[in-house]
Amino acid sequence: MAGKKYNTPLIDELEKGPWPSFVTEMKKAAKNNEMANDAVGHLEKCYSTRVGYWKHGGIVGVLGYGGGVIGRYSEIGNEFPGVAHFHTVRINQPSGFFYTSKALREICDIWDKYGSGLTNVHGSTGDLVLLGTKTDALEPIFAEYSSRGWDLGGSGSALRTPSCCVGPARCEWSNYDTLDLTYALTQEFQDELHRPTFSYKFKIKSSGCACDCVAALARADLSIIGTWKGDIKIDQSEVKNYAKTMDINAEIINMCPTGCMSYDGKELKINNAECNRCMHCITRMTKALKPSGERGATLCMGSKAPIVVGSLLSWVIVPFVKLEPPYTELKALIRKIWDWWDENGKPRERIGEVIEIKGMRSFLEAIGVPPQPQQIKEPRKDPFMFYTDDDIAAYKAKEAEEKKTKKYKF
Amino acid sequence: MALPQRKTDIGPPNYKQFLPPVIQKNYGKWKYHEVINPGSMVHVAESGDKLWTVRVASPRLLATDTIREHCDIADKYCDGFFRYTTRNNVEFLVSDEKKLEPLKKELKDKGFKMGGIGAGITNVVHTQGWVHCHSACTDASGIVKAMMDELYEYFESKRLPNKVRLAVACCVNMCGAVHCSDIAIVAVHTKVPTIAHENFKNMCELPTVIGSCPTRAISPDPAQKSVKINPEKCMYCGNCFTVCPPISIKDPERDGVAIVVGGKINSLRTNPKFSKLVIPYISNEPPRWPKVVAAVKHIIEVYAKNARKHERIGEWIERVGWERFFSLTGIDFTFQAIDDFTFMRDTLRTASTFKW
Repeated sequence: MAGKKYNTPLIDELEKGPWPSFVTEMKKAAKNNEMANDAVGHLEKCYSTRVGYWKHGGIVGVLGYGGGVIGRYSEIGNEFPGVAHFHTVRINQPSGFFYTSKALREICDIWDKYGSGLTNVHGSTGDLVLLGTKTDALEPIFAEYSSRGWDLGGSGSALRTPSCCVGPARCEWSNYDTLDLTYALTQEFQDELHRPTFSYKFKIKSSGCACDCVAALARADLSIIGTWKGDIKIDQSEVKNYAKTMDINAEIINMCPTGCMSYDGKELKINNAECNRCMHCITRMTKALKPSGERGATLCMGSKAPIVVGSLLSWVIVPFVKLEPPYTELKALIRKIWDWWDENGKPRERIGEVIEIKGMRSFLEAIGVPPQPQQIKEPRKDPFMFYTDDDIAAYKAKEAEEKKTKKYKF
Repeated sequence: MALPQRKTDIGPPNYKQFLPPVIQKNYGKWKYHEVINPGSMVHVAESGDKLWTVRVASPRLLATDTIREHCDIADKYCDGFFRYTTRNNVEFLVSDEKKLEPLKKELKDKGFKMGGIGAGITNVVHTQGWVHCHSACTDASGIVKAMMDELYEYFESKRLPNKVRLAVACCVNMCGAVHCSDIAIVAVHTKVPTIAHENFKNMCELPTVIGSCPTRAISPDPAQKSVKINPEKCMYCGNCFTVCPPISIKDPERDGVAIVVGGKINSLRTNPKFSKLVIPYISNEPPRWPKVVAAVKHIIEVYAKNARKHERIGEWIERVGWERFFSLTGIDFTFQAIDDFTFMRDTLRTASTFKW
């Protein structure tokens, strides 16, 4: 292609060394693509001036959707016309990031036809990100992808594309079907995903166990963390095998956070009632230890990065739910959660911040979840608290009952 | 040529069509897995079936031709089936053991880098940076590349007490949610924004801009039909700029990066943790950010020398104490490391039982 050849001494430095180079990737795309070529020149300029040149996103998109495309324009489009418009298209990834070569080739062919040939596989939220196209290509891009079974992901103040860990597809630790749940929720909430009507973004991430391979607990407004209720089954012969290469007392017993395990050199014992299901022993002795009994998940809520009022990790809301298709109860709960957020949130308030402002009680009552000690690390310290007339009436009624039965019930 | 008929709200394709037969057969029935080496592992099903995974590094920003190379390899050795990971690696899925070594050989010959599994350093979660973001105060991809070149041996072979999760965010928006990483680099603005007052009334909503400020530094400026920013309260988060384009915060001389450490996501042994600030500022030094890279490598080396097996960086620091972390690393303790935003009450020390 007869594109301008940019001299790029600074970013050329990033083609050296063993780690795969994003600059090499950009140049590879630039060989056949004018937009990618200008993106290379544009980036070199950023490196020389130590500042970025992208403007705020404008409102661009496809007909009938309010998201899925992020408008991006350069302040210096005159100098680099190939990136004057350089919009992002988010393609909703399949659960677990599994692909066939046939499917990905099709995605690449369409993208080469209409865009820069640059991608992120994947963006942080999980979408397959197509990086850089022009406004008038958006409708054709959408027609090409959607007619072949691919849809856009979320952006803006909407449900963001749900994502999940590899789950039961290739992991022995998954306590529920993260792939199926993610697919089911994404299909259920297509309207909320494509048409932003929320106060701010809402993310749902599903991990099959406490290892949390999609970092749900740190970055999803609804973090679904797999867990179980039964005992950890022990294969003592496999324990013996591990003992040949591992100091079981130092590496397992002494690192158990609840001290519920013991090992006398022959037999491993677990006091299951005291286990908090942290996964350390199971991950280190996967051949010997396996959860059993009821499987499901803990629903946690509120996590987010620092914007606006500080970062949050998700809080335990529902200690245990079973998660089986068609997930009717969870879907209904999510709708209740959104209703409460919609009633109480101001623009750009994530649900965790609204729970902080309005109080956990308001939230739990609205979604019909009772208070439980599993929700907290420790109870309130200062005795500044709200009492409703109903609370006092309930405490008085309990005392009246105690007088009758002559037995205190605290 | 006429375009095909568009469809709306169809959602993503069903993942089941992309699962290799060995996974379809053994879905939810995996018994255990073994890490063979940092570049490969094998999962064994209750049925006795085996699935080998070979993990390969990716710069995340990929040209379509590179994705096609992944496809070619998957066709040759994996019946066309492969996947990507949440941390941007490629995973080739092999169900025929005879194809495993030839696959590794071809990957090696073609320059693909295998590694990232187990107690070392895997690929880095990061944001767009100067490549494609309007609020970036650095280039995330450049820092990742420079850092991983230096730490490459921990990806490919060298082991640590436990895994070290690295992340780079090109501003405090943290699209990558890097705030629970073992070591994260967070780019920061350090100056109060300027305002093009003449454009404010046409482009911005007053209540939105005032409400966007987490420290209540913004108040109305009726004379200019704009707002003013109290420099004593502003912490340079840039949220006002995000909601109001006439506000400008980028500054090539002052934008830089901070380093936070000790976060983790999983609940193994200890609860998930935020990463905490240890180095408040290093200047942007493209193209290879040498001081940032040196700082990260130094922290990893001190951790490797002092932590017990299975301890993550945050667990090691909590055991020895933050005062010991600063003395062992020789990192200067600064005012920025004392929280004066939302976590002060939780983070100040309330006992005299510290170490000298």
